[in-house]
Amino acid sequence: MDLWVGVFVALGVAALLGLAMKVGNLTSSQIGPTYSVTASFENVGSLKPRAPVKSAGVVVGRVDSIVFDSKKYEALVTINIDKRYAFPKDTFANIYTAGLLGEQYVGLEAGGEDDALKNGDKISQTQDAIVLEKMISQFLFSKASEPKPDGKEADAANKPTDAKSTGVKKTELGDAPF
Amino acid sequence: MIKSKLLNSLTRTLGGIGYRMTERIWRLGAGARLFFLTIFYSGESFKRFHLTLREIYFTGVMSLLIIVVSAFFVGMVLALQGYNTLQKYGSSEAIGVLVALSLVRELGPVVTALLFAGRAGTAITAEIGLMKTTEQLSAMEMMAVNPIARVIAPRFWAGVISMPILATLFSMVGILGGYIVAVPLIGVDDGAFWSQMQANVDFRLDIVNGLIKSLVFGVACTMIALFEGFDAPPTAEGVSRATTRTVVISSLTVLALDFVLTSFMLVI
Repeated sequence: MDLWVGVFVALGVAALLGLAMKVGNLTSSQIGPTYSVTASFENVGSLKPRAPVKSAGVVVGRVDSIVFDSKKYEALVTINIDKRYAFPKDTFANIYTAGLLGEQYVGLEAGGEDDALKNGDKISQTQDAIVLEKMISQFLFSKASEPKPDGKEADAANKPTDAKSTGVKKTELGDAPF
Repeated sequence: MIKSKLLNSLTRTLGGIGYRMTERIWRLGAGARLFFLTIFYSGESFKRFHLTLREIYFTGVMSLLIIVVSAFFVGMVLALQGYNTLQKYGSSEAIGVLVALSLVRELGPVVTALLFAGRAGTAITAEIGLMKTTEQLSAMEMMAVNPIARVIAPRFWAGVISMPILATLFSMVGILGGYIVAVPLIGVDDGAFWSQMQANVDFRLDIVNGLIKSLVFGVACTMIALFEGFDAPPTAEGVSRATTRTVVISSLTVLALDFVLTSFMLVI
């Protein structure tokens, strides 16, 4: 009986280890000792703590915390980078989206300076997250404000056939790249 | 005359409702008291650990077969159903994530708890109810042996220890079942299956939270089974009713607790 209980408990521990190693990210998310740097963004979109920090597509660290800086009205993002990887001081930090609508991550693009980033440094060159609504509205505004090339002729040509503005609008939206 | 009859039936109905309410609340209070007494007297079940060990054998080891077999089938069905929908969106590789997350977060703890209530909870209720019917519990008290310390507490701790182990096994075996359907039978890519799973299942947020859930369900299921047995009227009918009630109340409690725990855990 004791033997069976022992087997039972051993099975349970083995299953937990199996879940942790094979299913969970306990092994893959393990990044060694880290150093932390900060970067401020005007808009972080839906970036979340623990989001990956990638450089050239390889995960080199994780986002530690995101706080709002009430003096500058910016988001202050602290990221932990693996000690194995050194980045130059003029590294560029972007917020990218994985896929079209996927989760957001921080992408680092190395600059050309000799000095490396140290613990507590601040990345000065950043680019904000792209907000889809902003992009759409910008696109629509720019479309609406730009003078139509050879507008008069086109209007004159169109007037007899489809003078309704709705038809024109529809094709405009249909041409949008997204 | 008619008026008094009407008034009579009305008061009887109201009285019945009141009686039932107070009875339910009384049971809740008695159950809570038994819970605290069990915790209070549980020193002996660790000092004489062979008592608890014996109960782990009966509640945990004996439930192993039903848990493993049902986990295997649940995993296989999840993979089939998931693939059917996911391939419409061209993301059939995400099937590993789907199977793993639904098992680790929800199905593992919940289905294990439901099966546990049916397999082990009923056995506990029937055993203790019969002990009470045959006056074994009173005999113990006559011999100055505390039945809560000697009978209730070891079973309680056995259930609390067994449930997380069973739930973890359920998740693991279910994922294996899903793997068998997804990779060799359907032909999803082996590497994508595991790597997507590893990228999206978090140890702290998913696996540990599932363990916490199963622990809470273990406490609830075992305590309900113990209380129903301890409280059963000492007749054959009383024991049978108590056994039924164990399954019904345990299942409802598990499902309700699951909602509460999930709503706590998903807040980020």
